[in-house]
Amino acid sequence: MYQIDPTRTDLIEEFDRAPGGPHSAELKQVIMRLRTGPMTERFIVVCTRRGREWAVGRMPTERGKPVALVEGVVFDDYDNAARLVFRLRWQAATGQALG
Amino acid sequence: MKKIIAYTNVWTIAPGDTLEVKVSTYGVPRYRADLVRVICGDDDPDRGIYREEEIVAPFSGDYPGRTQIMPAGSHVCVPSSGELKHLKSFTVQVWVFPTTPEKGEQGLVSHWDEDAQRGFALVVDGSGAAALRLGAGAGKVVVVASGKPLALRRWHLVAASWDAATGELAVSQGFAGSPFEADSSSSARGKAAFVAADAGDASLLMAALPLSRSATGQTTRCHFNGKLDRPRLTGRVLSAAEIEALAWDNAPRERERLLVAGWDFSRDIGSTRVADSSFNGLHGHTVNLPSRGVKGFNWSGREQNWRHAPQEYGAIHFHDDDHYDAGWDTDFTYVVPDGLKSGVYAVRLRADDDEWYATFFVRPRRGTATAKLAFLASTVTYMAYANYRWQVHERFAEAAEVFWTTLDRGDAFLQEHPEFGLSTYDHHWDGSGVRYASRLRPVINMAPKTPLWSFNPDTHILGWLEHAGIDYDVITDEDLHHEGVALLERYEAVVTGTHPEYYTTPMWDGLRAYIARGGRLAYLGGNGFIWRCALSDELPGVLELRRAEDGIRYRDEEPGEYYLEFTGEYGGLWRRLGMAPQALVGVGTVAVGFDKSGWYRRTPESFDRRAAFIFEGIGDDEILGDFGILGGGASGSEIDAVDTMLGTPPHTLVVARSEGHSENTYLVPDETGFHHSAMEGTHNPKVRADMTFFETPGGGAVFSVGSIAWGGSLPHDGYENNVARISGNVLRRFLDPRPFAMPE
Ligand SMILES: [Fe+2]
Repeated sequence: MYQIDPTRTDLIEEFDRAPGGPHSAELKQVIMRLRTGPMTERFIVVCTRRGREWAVGRMPTERGKPVALVEGVVFDDYDNAARLVFRLRWQAATGQALG
Repeated sequence: MKKIIAYTNVWTIAPGDTLEVKVSTYGVPRYRADLVRVICGDDDPDRGIYREEEIVAPFSGDYPGRTQIMPAGSHVCVPSSGELKHLKSFTVQVWVFPTTPEKGEQGLVSHWDEDAQRGFALVVDGSGAAALRLGAGAGKVVVVASGKPLALRRWHLVAASWDAATGELAVSQGFAGSPFEADSSSSARGKAAFVAADAGDASLLMAALPLSRSATGQTTRCHFNGKLDRPRLTGRVLSAAEIEALAWDNAPRERERLLVAGWDFSRDIGSTRVADSSFNGLHGHTVNLPSRGVKGFNWSGREQNWRHAPQEYGAIHFHDDDHYDAGWDTDFTYVVPDGLKSGVYAVRLRADDDEWYATFFVRPRRGTATAKLAFLASTVTYMAYANYRWQVHERFAEAAEVFWTTLDRGDAFLQEHPEFGLSTYDHHWDGSGVRYASRLRPVINMAPKTPLWSFNPDTHILGWLEHAGIDYDVITDEDLHHEGVALLERYEAVVTGTHPEYYTTPMWDGLRAYIARGGRLAYLGGNGFIWRCALSDELPGVLELRRAEDGIRYRDEEPGEYYLEFTGEYGGLWRRLGMAPQALVGVGTVAVGFDKSGWYRRTPESFDRRAAFIFEGIGDDEILGDFGILGGGASGSEIDAVDTMLGTPPHTLVVARSEGHSENTYLVPDETGFHHSAMEGTHNPKVRADMTFFETPGGGAVFSVGSIAWGGSLPHDGYENNVARISGNVLRRFLDPRPFAMPE
């Protein structure tokens, strides 16, 4: 299994520059790893107004429980929601907090 | 959060018929209802193509809100009877295959009055063990439990008895799983210090326990996940040997004189009827569509078809998240007036900052047509996708779809409300695949202003038809299923939606006969005519699907259970049945990919005189559809191609072929016998859509684009582009009654 190198924060910067790609081969690996972790407690995007407003949420641990929204976070740009999801998943996957 | 949800009694309706609108609200005292015609349901504000028209309707106005409950969980219900009320000593027994033994108390067979605390209940208790509860009123309840958890997904013979003379209770579970595994058999005895009392008029239930009579909406609780087989109730205490003999006997009434009831689930498979094979006729019925035609405790593997060995398919599989008919009260009705133009309509409901569209399809009065073109709305496919939650359950959905999971308000609402039922893409909570999907419930994704899959992208085609001034009627899959070719023959041409994936046999036969007899079909979609499914003759508004063997099946079908219970037909891909979509429309699915779509280029065959009408006004070297809403191109999402081995008619012209597919666009499983790293769009030449045309000897013709994304390119540049032009060229020629001639 591919493991993310937590020191490669340059890949976070690369993602931030262009969340929709194109991405380097290394960043593609990181994205694949971050997209294929467990479904439970996965950070996700929640669209609150079509094409206009996005929040970030976290999947519950079981069916029937609500998606918890990350408090105080609303974006008017999908890419910013994707940036936050990327960082939160990076932290969850590496166990290392980002500044 | 959602404050208002609703559904209607039907999805397809004709003038003179009555629409019943059933609404539930959350925390709002009133709501507003209006009628709208849906022209384009894509509400992305950057595209600015959303269009609905308000229509004057007598029901428009304000209504009081109220919350209605969706009952979930399948079970069997047997009305009370004299035999049940006069039961003294008894033995109750059933074969049990638990799929969530640890979930908490689950009813197996009970005749129990929850309010009076009287009767008996055979259950799986909180520790996963078989237990008998006996009651004679509050404070007079005794439980005896076997004390050992039942083994997960293994058969057990569970039995319990009460001796009215001695007060003795007994319960036992006999392991009938593999001889390589630990034996979970166990038994226990107890004593009641009172004389048990019957549960009176309460129904006998299987796979659930009753709620208090004061409960509203839902009448049952403690739903069992798993299979039950051959439940029997006998009016005396049986020995272990007698229980065993009765459990195996196909004709228990010949063996046991005091048999009260011996239910035989192998009878009436495909219906809700549950037959009692004793002389007492304690027949019951299933509720919320548990799965029948499933392997019994004695399944030998020698037969795969329940019709050939019904005695080995005598089980029913129950799920606590099964659903069928929400059964809500009607808030208001609407009689569709004569003169209402055929089309897609919705009851628009608004409460506070929330809204809901209860969408339905108005067809012309039965036996008539009001346009030369019919838009065939894929309502059976919409049903298969109803309340789709695969993306919130499947770990690898993001890898398949190449995105960050993005839920809208509707998806988030569903996540909190499992009772609204799953789609045929999902797994039940116990891990088994979902086979039934109903429209008699609020369906969050069959409406405008929803994500662009299944229903909503079809409105790109409607929006284009309106823009192009091409008059059309709307008819639906359910109409085609019931009326066959006669429905289609009223039209010069039929146009599909973007994704007509699920077909019953009558639908398939009707469409095939229409084309053969001179009809014209424009298939403006992809991944069409893929899965055989079934509709029930008994129960309206629900489909059954068994995803046998192959294909992009999202879940594996249980081996040995590939035959549909509604029809007895073999389920799965039409391709695997020897009737591939290529033989119907020229093309069939080869690949899927959701990140980026490709475009088409004309082939030399496109310059054949036969195809000239298709390309009027299109340049020889023009790139076709390098724009669009789905993946930025007209060829994508799910794409189809010709295959002579699979029956593409030999005179078919491939008039354009797609290119530019992504590394995330993969061959479908049915297109490859083994997996390798060159299965994707940048390395595999089979990853492409073929745009095809062929005539039929009856004067008919078929045009196929073989791509779901095609419809998403129609709105580009104000619906003026080469995808729209080609679509218009085809439909205008197809609406011209001059017969097509077969090539020399
Ligand atoms: Fe599909």
